[in-house]
Amino acid sequence: MLKKNLSSKLDDKQFLSDSQVVHSTIMNNLTLLIFFFLLLSTKISAQENSDCFGCHDDKTLTGTKNGKTISVYVSEKKFTQFVHGAVPCIGCHVDLKGSEFPHNEDLKPAQCAGCHKQEQELHAKSLHGKAIARGDNLAPRCKTCHGNHDILPVKDPKSAVYPMKIPFLCGRCHEEGTKVQTQRTIHQDHILENFSESIHGEGLLKKGLVVAPNCASCHTPHSILPHTDPASSIARKNIAATCTKCHVMIEAVHRKIIKGELWEKQAHMLPACVDCHQPHKVRKVFYELGMANKDCMSCHQVESLKSSQDGRSLYVDINDYNQSIHNKIACSQCHSDVNASEIRPCKTITKKVDCASCHANVGDEYKQSTHGTLAAKNDQNAPSCSECHGTHKILSKKNPKSRTFPTNIPSLCATCHREGEQAAVRYKGTEHEIIESYTESIHGKGLMKSGLTVTATCTGCHTAHRELPHNNPNSSINPQNVASTCGNCHHGIQEKFEKSIHSAKISNAKNLPSCNDCHSAHKIKRADSEGFKLHIMDQCGRCHEEIAKTYFDTYHGKVSQLGYTKTAKCYDCHGSHDILPVSNPESHLSRKNVLKTCQKCHEGATRKFAGYFTHATHHDPQKYPVLFWTFWGMTGLLVGTFLMAGIHTLLWLPRSLKWKRELAQRVKENEKLKDEINEPENRKEDELDA
Amino acid sequence: MSLMHKEEEQVLRFSRLNRGLHILMIVSFISLSLTGMSLKFSYTSWAVALSHFFGGFEAAGSIHRFAASVMVLVFITHIVDVIRLKKKEGSSWKGLILGKDSMLFNKKDLQDFIGSLKWFLGKGERPQYGRWTYWEKFDYVAVFWGVFVIGSTGFTLWFPEFFTRFIPGWAINVATIIHSDEALLATGFIFTVHFFNTHLRPEKFPMDIVIFTGRMPLEEFKIDRPQEYRELVESGELENYLVESYPPIVIRGIKAFGWTALSLGFFIVIWIIYAMIFAYR
Repeated sequence: MLKKNLSSKLDDKQFLSDSQVVHSTIMNNLTLLIFFFLLLSTKISAQENSDCFGCHDDKTLTGTKNGKTISVYVSEKKFTQFVHGAVPCIGCHVDLKGSEFPHNEDLKPAQCAGCHKQEQELHAKSLHGKAIARGDNLAPRCKTCHGNHDILPVKDPKSAVYPMKIPFLCGRCHEEGTKVQTQRTIHQDHILENFSESIHGEGLLKKGLVVAPNCASCHTPHSILPHTDPASSIARKNIAATCTKCHVMIEAVHRKIIKGELWEKQAHMLPACVDCHQPHKVRKVFYELGMANKDCMSCHQVESLKSSQDGRSLYVDINDYNQSIHNKIACSQCHSDVNASEIRPCKTITKKVDCASCHANVGDEYKQSTHGTLAAKNDQNAPSCSECHGTHKILSKKNPKSRTFPTNIPSLCATCHREGEQAAVRYKGTEHEIIESYTESIHGKGLMKSGLTVTATCTGCHTAHRELPHNNPNSSINPQNVASTCGNCHHGIQEKFEKSIHSAKISNAKNLPSCNDCHSAHKIKRADSEGFKLHIMDQCGRCHEEIAKTYFDTYHGKVSQLGYTKTAKCYDCHGSHDILPVSNPESHLSRKNVLKTCQKCHEGATRKFAGYFTHATHHDPQKYPVLFWTFWGMTGLLVGTFLMAGIHTLLWLPRSLKWKRELAQRVKENEKLKDEINEPENRKEDELDA
Repeated sequence: MSLMHKEEEQVLRFSRLNRGLHILMIVSFISLSLTGMSLKFSYTSWAVALSHFFGGFEAAGSIHRFAASVMVLVFITHIVDVIRLKKKEGSSWKGLILGKDSMLFNKKDLQDFIGSLKWFLGKGERPQYGRWTYWEKFDYVAVFWGVFVIGSTGFTLWFPEFFTRFIPGWAINVATIIHSDEALLATGFIFTVHFFNTHLRPEKFPMDIVIFTGRMPLEEFKIDRPQEYRELVESGELENYLVESYPPIVIRGIKAFGWTALSLGFFIVIWIIYAMIFAYR
């Protein structure tokens, strides 16, 4: 598909592959042969080849051209063996058609176009053809490369245009020191030398791989154009297509950086093959790393360098770059708007660095996220890639110094999400003190105190690039997705949970709990901590209000209310993640399992023991009549007793107060009496005597 | 004979054993109340604090069971003591139960009760109370009832796995209600009615320490228990019961203990009222 696309993009006429050219040549030859057989059969021409060879088969035959004496010997024997052996001489030397002997000496060049029309046209438009048209005597014609009477098929190793020979053929003009190289403007130097040392040249010349590319493979045989010509096979726009003729799936195997589509449609955005793999020097080690960067740094190493537009610093610390994970990525690969033909290549930069051109998947995720959608609206607060990852000093997330290293993530997110910061201020939900809560949570402690980099960080649950609010169905923290998000680490729990009555896979009920409803989102505690064990009962009670109340009326409930966990709590009997309705035989409380569940704590429990009402209430005469009447019987006893005793006491109290006063009075009287007894004792005795 | 001179004279009312048993009763009863109520009213912050004070619900439970055992031992000791006294005096069970100084209700108690109500309402003189008043007998009999009801249910709750071999599981729920409410009755009654009858009624306020010293001033005895006094005088046995009072330091120690017990009782009552009226749920 890709290849097809690429091919369709190219103008087939402009540069046909070798094989295509060869193929079309053979087709032309066949039609030509047929034509000549027809010609021979109808009209026996006076100008047969034998007529020509009558003179030209003589080695001593000479002629003059442009005033010079030249040999005009053509071996008949040899000619007939060459590819054009059956072609009449006048088929090419068309100006001799019908001429008398001895013919005019100053012959016009042989015409190949009679048969090779397509090649001729391409050549005429090419760099070489235009040079001929200009009258450049160095410009190659057909015969310069292909020869004249001794032309052999391309596949014949003796052919001058046999793939192995092409570098040398082209090198005749394009080697150092040739007239072309010295007198004409050729931007590349040491072409033949470089090529022979390149991986292509090595394959072709040293390893004898005829399939290895030669000059014509990239430049085409006939349609050779400068790279500045948009129609050229080596034009920036087309270079990818040219290379992918051989390197078919290169965009797939060539890291993951370039989507075929982008490469094709927005080639200007991206580095072309030759930006990295210098032409002619093509090597596995592509080009001198940072070579171009030096040019950038010649300005950007100046600390005082500022933008003329907004005055921001444009200084780049090369040490940052050298330490970063991108230290093998050239400046221009990110700042792809640069144009090398400008004196200041960065002059053409108009856009910010688009990381997505390499990190395409991440870029897509980011665009979907809240951060990305806000950024698309030009929201000032929305973080871009660089807000989190930095710019020139981006480190691998595996590097402890990286801002995105697990232990650094909470503080990274906190820069906006800490209470009072820009993101927290906009947030209208129920989660507050997120960073503080997280730090105190088991995840936070695991990360910060125990240094467990595998523990859940902000991005562990919210994802790194696709953060979405919980009410978005695509969010990793949407109630539908929470179980699988937590299950990324707590897989076993997820498996259990999804079989439980709380899972949407089992139950149709609305408002089913997800992990965070019981464990909270940011304050997650160890499930074996005392605080959590007690707290979890309140969590159950949020939905199971009535049943929780009745639990707290029992011994178990009362003990746990006191703050002790060594008693049956909701999950001790019902299970935690594997909760099932009591009616389900697999439930911990099914008839089959209930005794075993009781025996976890009450070793000697019997089947009768399991008849204990663990959620008893004495307020329900229908469900628990025995408890109801026991309670009211006892209450009657209490009320009756207190009523009687209370009345007795209340009646007694005022009387008792009076009684106390009477006693005090009596003591006073006694004292008076005592005085009387002591003083007039004699008088009394007198009276008695009397 | 001058009244003043005789003020220091004390009448012995309780044996050493009975006094000791009552102290053990107080200690075990208050321990049972505090630990038990901390579970019953577990929804109050007081309960949580107390439970932690005792060293956790398990420790509180152990204290509760230990105190319960002490109380049962007190109960058994008393029964043994009664039987021993019966043998010593050579009286029959009938004599013990229907006798003049029986702890069980008799005709005079009914008369005293009616007489008391009349006295309260100002329609008669204060009854001539004897060795034991009817409200004291009520407390005494209530202990028998309480030990039986709370003890049996408590024992069931102590060993539920064992008892459910014979009784259904829901009986444990029933036992819980009975144990808990009967205990509420007992504590509520002791810390209000018993406290008032014995210590807080104005003529005894703030407390009557006779149960600790075993003796009370003769003058007070004459007024409080006129019939018993008269009978002792008539039988000439009064002299046998006259004893010296304890030295002040002993009295101070006894009062400190009394105050502690009273305060704990008041605290428990306030807590119960708070828990049942203001914090109930």
